[in-house]
Amino acid sequence: MLKIPLEMKSKRYWYETLEAYCYLLPAFVILGMFNFYPVLKSIYMSLFDWSLLRQQQYFIGVENYQRILSDKVFHQAIRNTVSYVVGYVPFSIGLALIVAVLLNSKIRFRGTLRLAYFLPWVTSSVAISMVWRWIFNQHYGLLNMILANLSKHVNSFVNLISLGNITTVWHFNNPNWLMDPKWTIINLTIIGVWKSMGYNVVIFLAGLQNVPHELYEAAEVDGASRWQSFWKITLPLISPTTFFISIISIIGAFKLFTQIYVLYTGRPGPLNSGMTIVYYVYRKAFEQYHMGYASAAAYVLFGIIFIFTLIQMAVARRRVHYAS
Amino acid sequence: MLSKHLHWRYRFRKHLQRGLLYFILFAGAAIMILPFFWMITSSLKAADEITLRTIQWFPKIPQWENYKIAWEAAPFGTYFQNSFTIALAVTFIEVVFSSLAAYAFANFNFFGKNFLFILFLGTMMIPGEVMLIPNYITMVNFGWVDTYQALIIPWTVSVFSIFLLRQFFMSIPRDLFEAALLDGCSKFRYLLTVLLPLSKPALVTVMLFKFIGSWNSFLWVLILTNTPKMRTIPVGLTYFISDVGAYYNYLMAASTFAMAPILVLFLVLQKQFIQGIAHTGLKG
Repeated sequence: MLKIPLEMKSKRYWYETLEAYCYLLPAFVILGMFNFYPVLKSIYMSLFDWSLLRQQQYFIGVENYQRILSDKVFHQAIRNTVSYVVGYVPFSIGLALIVAVLLNSKIRFRGTLRLAYFLPWVTSSVAISMVWRWIFNQHYGLLNMILANLSKHVNSFVNLISLGNITTVWHFNNPNWLMDPKWTIINLTIIGVWKSMGYNVVIFLAGLQNVPHELYEAAEVDGASRWQSFWKITLPLISPTTFFISIISIIGAFKLFTQIYVLYTGRPGPLNSGMTIVYYVYRKAFEQYHMGYASAAAYVLFGIIFIFTLIQMAVARRRVHYAS
Repeated sequence: MLSKHLHWRYRFRKHLQRGLLYFILFAGAAIMILPFFWMITSSLKAADEITLRTIQWFPKIPQWENYKIAWEAAPFGTYFQNSFTIALAVTFIEVVFSSLAAYAFANFNFFGKNFLFILFLGTMMIPGEVMLIPNYITMVNFGWVDTYQALIIPWTVSVFSIFLLRQFFMSIPRDLFEAALLDGCSKFRYLLTVLLPLSKPALVTVMLFKFIGSWNSFLWVLILTNTPKMRTIPVGLTYFISDVGAYYNYLMAASTFAMAPILVLFLVLQKQFIQGIAHTGLKG
């Protein structure tokens, strides 16, 4: 028999409970309607051949899941999404860490620099993807014009130091960034890293400021190089921050959609090279109205994110050091 | 003599390191800013300057009327009005609902508290895409497609804000709460006159995040609006893109004014902003 805690018998406790529920009521109603209910509803829907275009829906069990897992386009979506995640996450974290460590030293213009790195994060994905589309333009885009100049200089420099023996080392031929499928994920990675940089830098800076300064002084007295104190002091001590950023980055990376929609004007890139799992869900649900099928695909996405998070937790348990 | 020589070399190395440090940081910052710079100069170029094949950093004569042409090519006035209305409504309602819920979790002792808190936090683990389809169907059933309600009501609670505010409320000494109650202050008045004014930094953070998130939100607005009269800036911009085609000077002008309000807001409140983000990271 469970023992009822003493407080549960008091009238005051139940009065306070009632009061608390009044405060929670608005949040609970909204979350109930738009979070708890849809999570269950979409499991239910994923078991149906559910179309918006008719009244009657048909129960088909796990057939949606079977069809998704054998759909070649879905395989491509998983491949694209995973290659984006695998490219974007380490680059994003690595570069942000470098910038944060450099910004954390005693320098002038720190506020201005931080501002410059942070600016992309607040801007709307639509507007900024539009700007990148212009930069990636094959003939008039800034990127190709800069690369053309650069290749010219590199070639003439190599020509000079090789005394005219080597004429061209860099054959620049105007890559068509937006039409050639091999660049799609790379384009998206560039935009993603650029946009998330400032957010990660700010969080890393907060983490770095928590590392006690005496540790570095002690290491210097003991003759450790800066490089050594980075690997032996900084990196282990900010590992909780790194863990937090990697979780946020991975979840964000799996949701890639808006950039593709704008960069490729409502299409998932040339030859589906920009088809991600979210794009796949969007297409099935809101272009083809297969709501049950799309719900199943969304649950597969959830499953994949969940597995990635579990792997990260397992790695973190061994690698992340929390200060006691 | 020797020590002096060493000293000189040491100082030289120090200077070199500092120079390199500044060079890397400023070069990086330049790359971060470059797309914005290119957007603005492109927006001021004439049609024949847009199609040059060599880099022209500045327009010969700034074409300010590009902005006027872009503005009038689509109902941007309506889009702006919608974006402002929705972002303000969502931000305001959200901060009220979240404060109430956070207050209950921070200061009350009640039945099912831990269970409810974990239930709330659990929703943060689930990607929004899972809820997208049933929520869309709910909106269809309510007859809310293409209305303000559909773009506001579902976003008026965020567990992230509740969590952040609860942490902040809990950092305010409980003695204050008990003393106020002893003095005959009601719990609601304590929230209104003591707790909320003390929590300004947290409230500003929560509101900023919400406002920017709402202003920039895309997919939900895309699927729930059918007519230009309900579209927000980001969604309106995508329609503008497919209408205008390759006139990049107009497209860049539209991109510039689409992000201008958020950039101004950010520049004015950057300190609160950056501190807010730093705090969210520390909790992680």
